Amino acid sequence: MAILQLKKVSRHFEIKSGFVAKRFQGQPDRKIKAVEGVNFSLEQNEVVGIAGESGCGKSTTCMMIAGLLPPSSGEIIYDDKRIDQMGVEDLRWYRSQVQMIFQDPYESLNPRFRVFDTVAEGPRALKLYPETEIADRTEDMLKSVGLSLEKYADRYPHELSGGERQRVGIASALVMEPRMVIADEPLSMLDVSIRAGILDLLKDLAKQRHFSCIYVSHDLSILGHIADRLMIMYLGQAMEIGPTWDVIQNPQHPYTKALINAVPVPDPRVRRPVPEIKGDISRPIDPPPGCRFQSRCPHADQTCGENFITLQSTADAHHHAACHRLKEL
Amino acid sequence: MSRNRVLRVKNLSVRYQTQKGPVHAVNDVTFDVFENEVFGIAGESGCGKSTLIRSLMRLLPDSALVTASEITLSGQNLQSMPDKNFREEILWSKMSLVPQSAMNSLNPVYRVGHQVVEAIQAHRAISKAAARNRVAELFDVVGLQADLMDNYPHEFSGGMRQRAMIAMSLALDPGLIVMDEPTTGLDVLVQERILRRIREIRSQISSSIILITHDIAVIAEMSDRIGVMYGGSLMEQAPAIDLFESPCHPYTLGLKNAFPSIRNKGQELISIPGSPPTLIGESSECSFLERCPFKAEECSKEFPAIEKLAEFHEVRCFRHKEAPKLRELASNKATWLSSN
Repeated sequence: MAILQLKKVSRHFEIKSGFVAKRFQGQPDRKIKAVEGVNFSLEQNEVVGIAGESGCGKSTTCMMIAGLLPPSSGEIIYDDKRIDQMGVEDLRWYRSQVQMIFQDPYESLNPRFRVFDTVAEGPRALKLYPETEIADRTEDMLKSVGLSLEKYADRYPHELSGGERQRVGIASALVMEPRMVIADEPLSMLDVSIRAGILDLLKDLAKQRHFSCIYVSHDLSILGHIADRLMIMYLGQAMEIGPTWDVIQNPQHPYTKALINAVPVPDPRVRRPVPEIKGDISRPIDPPPGCRFQSRCPHADQTCGENFITLQSTADAHHHAACHRLKEL
Repeated sequence: MSRNRVLRVKNLSVRYQTQKGPVHAVNDVTFDVFENEVFGIAGESGCGKSTLIRSLMRLLPDSALVTASEITLSGQNLQSMPDKNFREEILWSKMSLVPQSAMNSLNPVYRVGHQVVEAIQAHRAISKAAARNRVAELFDVVGLQADLMDNYPHEFSGGMRQRAMIAMSLALDPGLIVMDEPTTGLDVLVQERILRRIREIRSQISSSIILITHDIAVIAEMSDRIGVMYGGSLMEQAPAIDLFESPCHPYTLGLKNAFPSIRNKGQELISIPGSPPTLIGESSECSFLERCPFKAEECSKEFPAIEKLAEFHEVRCFRHKEAPKLRELASNKATWLSSN
């Protein structure tokens, strides 16, 4: 059974035009359509990767799933409950079930909290357990992310390296025993030589503690190592979703093909092929109807401008792509 | 192989005096850059790669103590040159820099074209119209439309700003361009386009490039030769293919294991345990000692000297002769776990 379902979820932000622009230049209010009609589901104990370039709506999607931002339309269903309609009490419960691991370990820890208190903060705030149990659980948690209590419990964030800080971030998310973890680029600020360690840690913990994970990143090489399924987004629309290595080795959507071909490979004998797509990524301000990728797509035709075809299955039933010329290409 | 040497740096060190003691940010670095080649310097944050090139460009604060036995650019001794002459004769015209976060290096209140014109006119006695023509030419080289000259930086996307900075670095046909993390923070499609453009430019003009990045994949794609820095020292340098196919330093071996590749399903990633050294205080041991799974007794007694393995392959490691064996051991995860 799916633990989380998104049904046609959209999020729009309004840009209000100023008085002068509106009155004298005739500029109406505009809309940023950050996320548009996204459908997807997350199964129990599954890691889904969301990839895309900056501005593709991956972080907005995460914020909606975490309950930090209400969707403009559509339904987000967690365990048969709609979180977009939850009251304060239910949301508090929901937030104990869902935890986030943030991108920047230098910014996301309170500089005045010692490591122990940072990790214990969540259960204390929600009064999940008596204080002695919180202490035990915190100790366990620190141990399982590889930080010994004696050495680290009383340290402040500025006394830790980037990798250690990210371990604290992971510990304070997982001490809540979440059923779902949202990780927003947790490795991008860390050095290459320690990334692999954190990635392994996250993978092992997901297995031991049975949580589902949404892992957001622009780095497809890393997603290849952690995600079971992969969703590719472009300007707010989901372009392709499928088992990770099916998507990487057999991409169906023209955008996914370009994106995957552009990933650099650590081998001096390999040259990336010249991508077929043209132009730059635009911004989703009042986008034209239809597929948002049409202006850059080498295969676009008239139909692409008429309506956006949502994800449909390819030859493989688990692999979906949103392109109406799928069969010809 | 005899090629013209553009830059020679010998025994360059940079020290800072702090309350906790001296910090050895760059430690006895020696390298050459030849004509029309890309020399890549790879390393993690804090390894001294930016300090190294900033010391060459004389951009470090006064508190930095730079020593070297030789720094020559196209046969010209840079060490004895006063700052004023260096600025007028060398900077921009013979050696230019595309700074880190080039995205934020443009002045937001001047038009982009104007900023390039300014750089040209500061060094060459030419009319504004001629300088503007030159800028139009440069914009064309980096793939920007010439009419964008009169736009302000905020009207440019990140990739366009980056290309404008590259255009500026090319303005006076310098023999050497130093690029500090030119594509960090850009999306892969934009990155691919900029790197492709840099390669095209290189085949048109005869500049050499020093490319500094932490991204192993980018450096593999772009460089003819690569130097790997760790803890302020250049640990290994070799032609790109040799470095990837027969690395000798344990740190290079570790980096290779830790970097994921999209072409490699089921690849096991192995991280290097521990964290980089602080570089504070006098130390005589190898800076990688603490994290090295292959440390020997002598490693803690003195810092290994540069050993020449082949004409362009140099490494700082006592155990370089055992490299084939170490390579095999390094591909096993247990080797790295046992060291700590």
